[in-house]
Amino acid sequence: MMNSNQTNKDIIDYSLRLGDDSLILGHRISEWASHGPFLEEDIALGNVALDYLGRARNFYTYAAELSGDGKTEDDFAYLRSEREFSNYLINELPKGDFAYTIIRQLFIDVFNSYYLPLLKLSQDKTLAAIAAKAEKETKYHLRRSSNWTKRLGDGTKESRARMNKALNDLWGYTDELFEPDELELRLAALGIAVDTSQLKAQWLSDISKILEEATLPMPEGDWSVRGGRKGYHTEHLSHLLSVMQSVHRAHPGCEW
Amino acid sequence: MSLENLELFEVFVRSKRGLDHKHVGSLHAEDQEHALDYARDCYTRRSEGVSIWVVKSSDICSSQEDDSEIFFDPSDDKPYRHATYYPLPKEVGNM
Repeated sequence: MMNSNQTNKDIIDYSLRLGDDSLILGHRISEWASHGPFLEEDIALGNVALDYLGRARNFYTYAAELSGDGKTEDDFAYLRSEREFSNYLINELPKGDFAYTIIRQLFIDVFNSYYLPLLKLSQDKTLAAIAAKAEKETKYHLRRSSNWTKRLGDGTKESRARMNKALNDLWGYTDELFEPDELELRLAALGIAVDTSQLKAQWLSDISKILEEATLPMPEGDWSVRGGRKGYHTEHLSHLLSVMQSVHRAHPGCEW
Repeated sequence: MSLENLELFEVFVRSKRGLDHKHVGSLHAEDQEHALDYARDCYTRRSEGVSIWVVKSSDICSSQEDDSEIFFDPSDDKPYRHATYYPLPKEVGNM
């Protein structure tokens, strides 16, 4: 398929967005390393973080390849500033307590469980191939996050209270996932990107089923925050970037 | 969360079809399903397996050090239980 210049540029941006979502969330999960509630869960969280890091590398490498200007995956990950990152806001929020991490994963995993099978059908063969690999990972992630949600929701008074708080604190960040902008709609019309507005009903239905099993009430927040895709972020992203990028910026091009 | 509420499980991994499940270690988990997930996460990260068994450690009945005399010593003087005890006829050649 020969793409027009506009489409080529759109695919680069789209790939960067997906790379940013994966990198930033992966980094947040990796912050659990050596802080997990117990050893086995620590390792399990590390595995999930590595899955996301792998996706980020795939998306960035593809964006670099399409750019054709000598950029590499490292340029995208380590040498861009906050305004140049276009991840959804929910991915950059601090790791919080374990309940907060689990609820965020649940929201994202259910989203990905519908998003990735559609991206797998993309007219763009590379995006489709990355989605095919990620889909298997997500099935396992969802198994983890939904089981933990049930365990903690229907657990002790303390675990239940923390899960409720996490649900309400994160709820307003989920609308953004289902609001494609012009770029995404342009690519969706070409069969390249996924129009995420179509996923919301299924997402809501799955989340409410899982919460019901977990005996947790659906959140009722009528607030919502957006802006990640446009580069408008919470105050948390720049702190994350300063940590994540510090080695590369202090020692450009260093390897080990 | 403390380990007090978790049970200990033994993990067995089959590395290839046709081979036996082999004991690879143990882990803590809430229940069997949970243990299976953690076994996947802790013991098959480098593609070590095609199948996993988990068993509650408390469900395993094991022989004791004190048993070793009555369990194992009596077979020491029964070499005829080894195939190598029997001379092979020349016609058979190498087994």
